[in-house]
Amino acid sequence: MWEYSDKVQEYFFNPKNAGTLDDASGVGEVGAIACGDALKLMIKVDPESERITDARFQTFGCGSAIASSSALTEIIIGKTLDEALKITNQDIADFLGGLPPEKMHCSVMGYEALRAAVANYRGEVWEDDHEEGALLCKCFGIDEGMIERAVRNNGLTSMEQVAHFTKATGSCGTCVEGVEAVLEKTNAEMVAEGLLDPAQAFVMGAVPVVPGRQQRKSPVAPPAPASSKMTTVQKIRVIEEVLEELRPALRNDGGDCELVDVEDNRVMVRMTGACVNCQLAAVTVQGIQARLAERLGMPVRVIPVPAGK
Amino acid sequence: MKAVYLDNNATTRVDPAAVAAMLPFFTEQFGNASSMHAFGSEVGGAVLKGRRQLQALLGAQFDHEIVFTGGGTESDNTAILSALETQGARNEIVTSAVEHPAVLALCAWLEKSRGIKVHYIGVDARGRLDVEAYRKALSPRTAIASIMWANNETGTIFPVEMLAELAHEAGALFHTDAVQAVGKIPMNLKETAIDMLSLSGHKLHAPKGIGALYVRRGVRLRPLIRGGHQERGRRAGTENAPGIVALGVAAELAQQHIEDENTRVRAMRDRLEQGLLQRIGNSFVAGDVDNRLPNTANVAFEYIEGEAILLLMNKAGIAASSGSACTSGSLEPSHVLRAMKVPYTAAHGAIRFSFSRENTDEDVDHVLEVMPSIIAKLREMSPFWDGKNAGQSGFAPTYA
Ligand code: FES
Repeated sequence: MWEYSDKVQEYFFNPKNAGTLDDASGVGEVGAIACGDALKLMIKVDPESERITDARFQTFGCGSAIASSSALTEIIIGKTLDEALKITNQDIADFLGGLPPEKMHCSVMGYEALRAAVANYRGEVWEDDHEEGALLCKCFGIDEGMIERAVRNNGLTSMEQVAHFTKATGSCGTCVEGVEAVLEKTNAEMVAEGLLDPAQAFVMGAVPVVPGRQQRKSPVAPPAPASSKMTTVQKIRVIEEVLEELRPALRNDGGDCELVDVEDNRVMVRMTGACVNCQLAAVTVQGIQARLAERLGMPVRVIPVPAGK
Repeated sequence: MKAVYLDNNATTRVDPAAVAAMLPFFTEQFGNASSMHAFGSEVGGAVLKGRRQLQALLGAQFDHEIVFTGGGTESDNTAILSALETQGARNEIVTSAVEHPAVLALCAWLEKSRGIKVHYIGVDARGRLDVEAYRKALSPRTAIASIMWANNETGTIFPVEMLAELAHEAGALFHTDAVQAVGKIPMNLKETAIDMLSLSGHKLHAPKGIGALYVRRGVRLRPLIRGGHQERGRRAGTENAPGIVALGVAAELAQQHIEDENTRVRAMRDRLEQGLLQRIGNSFVAGDVDNRLPNTANVAFEYIEGEAILLLMNKAGIAASSGSACTSGSLEPSHVLRAMKVPYTAAHGAIRFSFSRENTDEDVDHVLEVMPSIIAKLREMSPFWDGKNAGQSGFAPTYA
């Protein structure tokens, strides 16, 4: 079972403000039963001061979903709407003494429910981000619709940007392929609609741009002919060399990365130590990927595999 | 506080007799079973004894049909990968949508990396295999059909003897993942057409890290793990002598208790199930109630979520499992319940209670006492529960 902080346990076993609020002035409902998480937040607002005088919740979900909802009500009671809207999901997680990375979406749900409830109070229309297409990133509860919207609204063209805007791929990384597909598809649509320069569109398998380096304008060409003839043993040698070079930097951050397997252009690695649950693991992986692609002269995909596999 | 362990399909406590039997193989009898000297040959004898004890439990014709492995997953992987190599041009797999990940994840990888065609046969609302679809999927292209003997989540038993015959008619091998079934229901492999069978020690009161693959005599096997000549070259690596000895003892004990399993254990399971359904509305049993393992009860509680239920149960000293995979890091409810088309409102709140011969009537009493308030507490907090839906489960009738 999950390692929950004492505070999470306290808020789960003895939730505060659970139940319904009969004379609620704003109600926010987010999540979907299909995702296994749903939250109904009810708030009572003093119209004069716009202060939240009471809040209740009803949650369908796991222990951390219930704890996050309860924590949210505690945090917002007494705040004005504007103050409350400044709260981020990270604040909810911090209030609880942290949540396991895979459960961060529970706090995101609280953040969304608050926005929905305030919108409802103000008579605005709230767009529910869930229930749009498949749930892609389970760690953060992000579905296809949310990624598409983030990509379109912000003109995103790299996985790194998507990770920063939506958090998708930011934890275990198993959703990388699915997210890549949505990014590629959405970029292609944007190109067709004349919203994006074709040279900038994300193309799966292309060598990603090395963070911190000059951005290339066009997608990198497919495998360099000479190097694609490398035998697997030769590839492994180069990969080991590159990992060896990067190791000191990773160790400095208290982590490490070892090669597990190579299949065609897929490189399986195991991240260990601090790298395992690091929110930046996806970025690290992309960095390794870029370096490998450069040295091998071909596009490669670096795939982190869970420990013990 | 009373501690009640009802998660025996996840793992079982190693039987004290099995522990006692294995201990000398860490100390005085530490020899390598493959060595020529006395240290080794004594151990070799103990390994042979373990093999024969397991042979007896499975009703296998020859002791050399047992290949010891590191566990159920290794056995499954060996069987399927071997079939793809030994079956000539045949390169398709027929399996079910409700297999254990040890089979499903391997199949998914084979599809992706090797372009192998895999047919996933569906199940009905009670978890019963669609035999017609299975029959249709078998063809001269099928290398192997791999269907579990009993489902780990619902306990539903599949008619593997018949499925094996059908596979043979199509010229394909038949493998069964019997990890949950071995030791719980009687088996007599020599009377069947089953070619390969996987089992795991820790599901029947032996330690973790030891398992076996039954390979019927005459079935060609390409080892997954290559190296030395152990297990007649079918599984390299020094024999896990302590594990094998313990598995042998566990197999013998399972055989002795199989009647108890099917009478007393079954009765406890039924009393728990009926008691829960009577005390808690909007709940139902998932799986084939008429044909399932005697120790497994999967009860779905509508409008609430499994992990939250488990946390409260844990606090009350009860260990069980959730059908919602939330506890394992995924938000998807179990693939088994989804394949059975159990609605989301219930699939997320399914709890698996799995007994062993070590459980008692007091265990059942304790669970019956605490569950109603746990369910009520969570339902009060659920946005989908408004009291109006209290009573019979809305879709239970379609399950009858
Ligand atoms: S599923 Fe997206 S990071 Fe884990």
